[in-house]
Amino acid sequence: MADITSSVGHEEQTSTGLPSTKLAMWLFLASECLLFGGLITAYILYRGASLVGPYPEDVFDIAYTSVSSFILVASSLTMVMAHNAALDKDYPRMRLWLTGTAMLGLAFVGGQVFEFTAFYREGLSITTNVFGTTFYVLTGFHGVHVTVGILMLLILVVMSWRGSLSDQPAFPVEMVGLYWHFVDIVWIVIFTLVYLIPTPQT
Amino acid sequence: MTMTGDQHTPDTPAAAPAHVEYHPSAREYVRVGLILVALTLIEVWLSYSDLAGTKLIAALLTATLIKFLMVVGYFMHLKFDSGRFSRMFALGAIGAFTLYVCVLLMFGVWGS
Repeated sequence: MADITSSVGHEEQTSTGLPSTKLAMWLFLASECLLFGGLITAYILYRGASLVGPYPEDVFDIAYTSVSSFILVASSLTMVMAHNAALDKDYPRMRLWLTGTAMLGLAFVGGQVFEFTAFYREGLSITTNVFGTTFYVLTGFHGVHVTVGILMLLILVVMSWRGSLSDQPAFPVEMVGLYWHFVDIVWIVIFTLVYLIPTPQT
Repeated sequence: MTMTGDQHTPDTPAAAPAHVEYHPSAREYVRVGLILVALTLIEVWLSYSDLAGTKLIAALLTATLIKFLMVVGYFMHLKFDSGRFSRMFALGAIGAFTLYVCVLLMFGVWGS
Protein backbone atom coordinates (compact mmCIF):
# COMPACT_ATOMS: atom_id res chain seq x y z
CA MET A 1 0.00 0.00 0.00
CA ALA A 2 1.32 3.42 -0.88
CA ASP A 3 2.54 5.58 1.95
CA ILE A 4 0.21 8.53 1.77
CA THR A 5 2.10 10.70 4.24
CA SER A 6 5.35 10.41 2.37
CA SER A 7 3.79 11.88 -0.75
CA VAL A 8 2.63 15.09 0.96
CA GLY A 9 4.42 17.97 -0.65
CA HIS A 10 5.80 15.81 -3.44
CA GLU A 11 5.03 15.99 -7.09
CA GLU A 12 3.53 12.48 -7.08
CA GLN A 13 3.16 10.31 -10.18
CA THR A 14 -0.41 9.59 -11.26
CA SER A 15 -2.20 7.84 -14.10
CA THR A 16 -2.51 11.21 -15.87
CA GLY A 17 1.21 11.84 -15.50
CA LEU A 18 0.32 15.03 -13.65
CA PRO A 19 0.33 15.69 -9.91
CA SER A 20 -3.17 15.22 -8.47
CA THR A 21 -2.62 18.05 -6.00
CA LYS A 22 -1.94 20.45 -8.82
CA LEU A 23 -4.95 19.23 -10.81
CA ALA A 24 -7.09 19.67 -7.70
CA MET A 25 -5.73 23.19 -7.19
CA TRP A 26 -6.56 24.18 -10.76
CA LEU A 27 -10.03 22.66 -10.38
CA PHE A 28 -10.49 24.66 -7.17
CA LEU A 29 -9.35 27.86 -8.90
CA ALA A 30 -11.75 27.16 -11.77
CA SER A 31 -14.59 26.89 -9.25
CA GLU A 32 -13.42 30.14 -7.65
CA CYS A 33 -13.94 31.83 -11.04
CA LEU A 34 -17.63 31.01 -10.69
CA LEU A 35 -17.74 32.39 -7.14
CA PHE A 36 -16.08 35.70 -7.98
CA GLY A 37 -17.87 35.85 -11.34
CA GLY A 38 -21.18 35.73 -9.47
CA LEU A 39 -20.15 38.47 -7.06
CA ILE A 40 -18.79 40.71 -9.84
CA THR A 41 -21.97 40.13 -11.87
CA ALA A 42 -24.11 41.14 -8.88
CA TYR A 43 -22.06 44.35 -8.59
CA ILE A 44 -22.42 45.16 -12.31
CA LEU A 45 -26.11 44.28 -12.27
CA TYR A 46 -26.81 46.85 -9.53
CA ARG A 47 -24.45 49.54 -10.79
CA GLY A 48 -26.16 52.90 -10.63
CA ALA A 49 -29.27 51.34 -9.08
CA SER A 50 -28.83 52.84 -5.61
CA LEU A 51 -31.68 55.15 -4.62
CA VAL A 52 -29.70 56.86 -1.86
CA GLY A 53 -26.04 57.82 -1.52
CA PRO A 54 -23.18 57.66 -1.00
CA TYR A 55 -22.51 56.62 -4.60
CA PRO A 56 -19.21 55.20 -5.91
CA GLU A 57 -18.01 58.58 -7.21
CA ASP A 58 -18.56 60.05 -3.72
CA VAL A 59 -16.30 57.61 -1.90
CA PHE A 60 -13.79 56.08 -4.33
CA ASP A 61 -10.22 57.34 -4.20
CA ILE A 62 -8.60 55.93 -7.34
CA ALA A 63 -5.09 57.10 -6.40
CA TYR A 64 -5.28 55.30 -3.06
CA THR A 65 -6.69 52.08 -4.54
CA SER A 66 -4.04 52.19 -7.30
CA VAL A 67 -1.34 51.93 -4.64
CA SER A 68 -3.10 48.81 -3.30
CA SER A 69 -3.10 47.38 -6.83
CA PHE A 70 0.64 48.01 -7.21
CA ILE A 71 1.22 46.31 -3.86
CA LEU A 72 -0.66 43.20 -4.98
CA VAL A 73 1.18 43.10 -8.34
CA ALA A 74 4.47 43.40 -6.44
CA SER A 75 3.41 40.54 -4.16
CA SER A 76 2.87 38.30 -7.20
CA LEU A 77 6.41 39.08 -8.29
CA THR A 78 7.85 38.25 -4.85
CA MET A 79 5.82 35.03 -4.89
CA VAL A 80 7.42 33.79 -8.12
CA MET A 81 10.80 34.82 -6.74
CA ALA A 82 10.09 32.57 -3.73
CA HIS A 83 9.24 29.73 -6.08
CA ASN A 84 12.43 30.29 -8.07
CA ALA A 85 14.46 30.28 -4.86
CA ALA A 86 12.76 27.01 -3.82
CA LEU A 87 13.67 25.46 -7.19
CA ASP A 88 17.27 26.59 -6.64
CA LYS A 89 17.10 24.99 -3.15
CA ASP A 90 18.06 28.35 -1.68
CA TYR A 91 15.78 28.05 1.33
CA PRO A 92 16.81 31.19 3.28
CA ARG A 93 16.09 33.26 0.15
CA MET A 94 12.82 31.37 -0.34
CA ARG A 95 11.71 32.21 3.21
CA LEU A 96 12.71 35.83 2.68
CA TRP A 97 10.58 36.14 -0.47
CA LEU A 98 7.67 34.28 1.14
CA THR A 99 7.79 36.62 4.15
CA GLY A 100 7.99 39.61 1.79
CA THR A 101 4.93 38.35 -0.08
CA ALA A 102 3.03 37.92 3.20
CA MET A 103 4.02 41.44 4.28
CA LEU A 104 2.82 42.90 0.98
CA GLY A 105 -0.42 40.95 1.42
CA LEU A 106 -0.76 42.38 4.92
CA ALA A 107 -0.21 45.88 3.53
CA PHE A 108 -2.98 45.25 0.99
CA VAL A 109 -5.43 43.96 3.61
CA GLY A 110 -4.49 46.84 5.93
CA GLY A 111 -5.20 49.26 3.11
CA GLN A 112 -8.55 47.60 2.50
CA VAL A 113 -9.48 47.87 6.20
CA PHE A 114 -8.51 51.56 6.12
CA GLU A 115 -10.59 52.06 2.96
CA PHE A 116 -13.63 50.30 4.44
CA THR A 117 -13.33 52.43 7.58
CA ALA A 118 -13.14 55.62 5.52
CA PHE A 119 -16.21 54.59 3.49
CA TYR A 120 -18.13 53.76 6.66
CA ARG A 121 -17.33 57.17 8.10
CA GLU A 122 -18.66 58.71 4.91
CA GLY A 123 -21.95 56.92 5.51
CA LEU A 124 -21.55 53.82 3.36
CA SER A 125 -22.34 50.63 5.25
CA ILE A 126 -23.29 47.21 3.89
CA THR A 127 -27.00 48.06 4.37
CA THR A 128 -26.98 51.67 3.14
CA ASN A 129 -27.77 50.88 -0.50
CA VAL A 130 -27.23 48.19 -3.16
CA PHE A 131 -23.86 49.70 -4.03
CA GLY A 132 -22.72 49.25 -0.41
CA THR A 133 -24.04 45.69 -0.27
CA THR A 134 -22.51 44.48 -3.54
CA PHE A 135 -19.26 46.40 -3.01
CA TYR A 136 -18.57 45.19 0.53
CA VAL A 137 -19.52 41.58 -0.27
CA LEU A 138 -17.30 41.46 -3.37
CA THR A 139 -14.24 43.21 -1.98
CA GLY A 140 -14.75 41.63 1.45
CA PHE A 141 -14.69 38.13 -0.04
CA HIS A 142 -11.53 39.05 -1.90
CA GLY A 143 -9.97 40.42 1.30
CA VAL A 144 -10.78 37.14 3.10
CA HIS A 145 -9.06 35.24 0.28
CA VAL A 146 -5.96 37.44 0.62
CA THR A 147 -5.97 36.85 4.39
CA VAL A 148 -6.15 33.07 3.87
CA GLY A 149 -3.25 33.39 1.42
CA ILE A 150 -1.19 35.30 4.00
CA LEU A 151 -1.82 32.55 6.56
CA MET A 152 -0.72 29.88 4.05
CA LEU A 153 2.45 31.85 3.26
CA LEU A 154 3.32 32.24 6.94
CA ILE A 155 2.66 28.52 7.55
CA LEU A 156 5.06 27.72 4.70
CA VAL A 157 7.72 29.96 6.26
CA VAL A 158 7.31 28.34 9.68
CA MET A 159 7.29 24.82 8.22
CA SER A 160 10.41 25.56 6.19
CA TRP A 161 12.11 27.07 9.22
CA ARG A 162 11.31 23.96 11.28
CA GLY A 163 12.48 21.70 8.46
CA SER A 164 9.11 19.96 8.12
CA LEU A 165 8.18 21.16 4.63
CA SER A 166 9.34 18.07 2.65
CA ASP A 167 12.34 17.30 0.50
CA GLN A 168 10.77 19.17 -2.43
CA PRO A 169 9.54 22.47 -0.96
CA ALA A 170 9.15 23.96 -4.44
CA PHE A 171 5.93 22.03 -4.92
CA PRO A 172 3.96 23.35 -1.89
CA VAL A 173 5.37 26.82 -2.64
CA GLU A 174 4.05 26.49 -6.19
CA MET A 175 0.60 25.42 -4.92
CA VAL A 176 0.32 28.35 -2.53
CA GLY A 177 1.69 30.54 -5.33
CA LEU A 178 -1.09 29.44 -7.68
CA TYR A 179 -3.66 30.48 -5.08
CA TRP A 180 -1.87 33.76 -4.46
CA HIS A 181 -1.66 34.65 -8.16
CA PHE A 182 -5.33 33.79 -8.56
CA VAL A 183 -6.17 36.26 -5.79
CA ASP A 184 -4.07 38.79 -7.74
CA ILE A 185 -5.91 38.24 -11.04
CA VAL A 186 -9.25 38.56 -9.26
CA TRP A 187 -8.10 41.94 -7.97
CA ILE A 188 -6.93 42.93 -11.47
CA VAL A 189 -10.51 42.38 -12.67
CA ILE A 190 -12.13 44.01 -9.61
CA PHE A 191 -9.89 47.08 -9.87
CA THR A 192 -11.01 47.73 -13.45
CA LEU A 193 -14.68 46.78 -13.23
CA VAL A 194 -15.41 48.30 -9.83
CA TYR A 195 -13.04 51.24 -9.47
CA LEU A 196 -11.93 52.40 -12.91
CA ILE A 197 -15.00 52.01 -15.13
CA PRO A 198 -17.29 54.91 -14.27
CA THR A 199 -20.76 54.16 -12.90
CA PRO A 200 -23.56 54.98 -15.38
CA GLN A 201 -25.73 57.92 -14.38
CA THR A 202 -29.34 57.02 -13.56
CA MET B 1 15.74 14.74 16.45
CA THR B 2 17.24 18.01 15.38
CA MET B 3 16.28 19.72 12.16
CA THR B 4 17.55 23.05 11.06
CA GLY B 5 15.76 25.43 8.78
CA ASP B 6 17.63 24.39 5.69
CA GLN B 7 17.12 20.64 6.02
CA HIS B 8 14.52 19.31 3.63
CA THR B 9 15.74 15.75 3.54
CA PRO B 10 13.43 13.22 5.20
CA ASP B 11 14.21 9.51 5.25
CA THR B 12 12.27 8.72 2.08
CA PRO B 13 14.10 9.16 -1.20
CA ALA B 14 13.15 12.11 -3.36
CA ALA B 15 10.36 11.30 -5.81
CA ALA B 16 11.14 11.76 -9.47
CA PRO B 17 9.46 14.82 -10.95
CA ALA B 18 6.24 13.93 -12.77
CA HIS B 19 7.04 16.12 -15.73
CA VAL B 20 9.79 18.47 -16.76
CA GLU B 21 8.74 22.10 -16.91
CA TYR B 22 10.35 25.26 -18.16
CA HIS B 23 10.61 27.89 -15.45
CA PRO B 24 11.36 31.47 -16.43
CA SER B 25 14.37 33.12 -14.86
CA ALA B 26 14.15 35.82 -12.19
CA ARG B 27 14.98 38.41 -14.87
CA GLU B 28 12.04 37.27 -17.02
CA TYR B 29 9.73 37.48 -14.00
CA VAL B 30 10.91 41.01 -13.24
CA ARG B 31 10.27 41.96 -16.86
CA VAL B 32 6.72 40.60 -16.65
CA GLY B 33 6.24 42.41 -13.33
CA LEU B 34 7.37 45.70 -14.87
CA ILE B 35 4.96 45.24 -17.78
CA LEU B 36 2.14 44.62 -15.28
CA VAL B 37 3.07 47.80 -13.39
CA ALA B 38 3.18 49.75 -16.68
CA LEU B 39 -0.24 48.42 -17.70
CA THR B 40 -1.68 49.35 -14.31
CA LEU B 41 -0.23 52.86 -14.69
CA ILE B 42 -1.85 53.12 -18.14
CA GLU B 43 -5.18 52.00 -16.68
CA VAL B 44 -5.02 54.63 -13.93
CA TRP B 45 -3.97 57.30 -16.45
CA LEU B 46 -6.88 56.30 -18.73
CA SER B 47 -9.35 56.67 -15.86
CA TYR B 48 -8.17 60.28 -15.35
CA SER B 49 -8.00 61.06 -19.09
CA ASP B 50 -10.63 62.68 -21.30
CA LEU B 51 -11.43 59.32 -22.84
CA ALA B 52 -15.00 58.31 -22.02
CA GLY B 53 -17.78 55.88 -22.85
CA THR B 54 -17.18 52.79 -24.94
CA LYS B 55 -13.61 53.77 -25.90
CA LEU B 56 -12.58 54.06 -22.25
CA ILE B 57 -14.23 50.78 -21.29
CA ALA B 58 -12.67 48.98 -24.29
CA ALA B 59 -9.19 50.32 -23.46
CA LEU B 60 -9.49 49.40 -19.78
CA LEU B 61 -10.81 45.92 -20.51
CA THR B 62 -8.03 45.30 -23.04
CA ALA B 63 -5.36 46.27 -20.49
CA THR B 64 -7.07 44.10 -17.88
CA LEU B 65 -7.21 41.11 -20.23
CA ILE B 66 -3.49 41.45 -21.06
CA LYS B 67 -2.63 41.65 -17.34
CA PHE B 68 -4.85 38.64 -16.61
CA LEU B 69 -3.22 36.55 -19.35
CA MET B 70 0.30 37.58 -18.33
CA VAL B 71 -0.22 36.56 -14.69
CA VAL B 72 -1.91 33.30 -15.66
CA GLY B 73 0.61 32.53 -18.41
CA TYR B 74 3.89 33.48 -16.72
CA PHE B 75 3.38 33.69 -12.95
CA MET B 76 1.00 30.70 -12.84
CA HIS B 77 3.10 28.88 -15.48
CA LEU B 78 0.17 27.94 -17.71
CA LYS B 79 2.20 29.01 -20.75
CA PHE B 80 4.82 26.38 -19.92
CA ASP B 81 2.75 23.77 -18.08
CA SER B 82 0.63 20.88 -19.28
CA GLY B 83 -2.30 21.83 -21.50
CA ARG B 84 -4.63 19.94 -19.16
CA PHE B 85 -4.20 22.59 -16.48
CA SER B 86 -4.98 25.31 -19.01
CA ARG B 87 -8.09 23.50 -20.20
CA MET B 88 -9.26 22.91 -16.65
CA PHE B 89 -8.85 26.58 -15.72
CA ALA B 90 -10.32 27.76 -19.02
CA LEU B 91 -13.37 25.62 -18.35
CA GLY B 92 -14.00 27.57 -15.14
CA ALA B 93 -12.92 31.01 -16.35
CA ILE B 94 -14.58 30.98 -19.78
CA GLY B 95 -17.57 29.06 -18.40
CA ALA B 96 -18.08 31.66 -15.66
CA PHE B 97 -17.59 34.53 -18.13
CA THR B 98 -20.13 33.07 -20.59
CA LEU B 99 -22.65 32.26 -17.87
CA TYR B 100 -22.53 35.69 -16.28
CA VAL B 101 -22.56 37.59 -19.59
CA CYS B 102 -25.76 35.65 -20.38
CA VAL B 103 -27.17 36.67 -16.97
CA LEU B 104 -26.29 40.32 -17.60
CA LEU B 105 -27.85 40.17 -21.08
CA MET B 106 -30.95 38.53 -19.63
CA PHE B 107 -31.35 41.39 -17.15
CA GLY B 108 -30.79 43.90 -19.94
CA VAL B 109 -27.72 45.56 -18.46
CA TRP B 110 -26.61 46.79 -21.88
CA GLY B 111 -30.15 47.09 -23.25
CA SER B 112 -30.90 50.68 -22.30
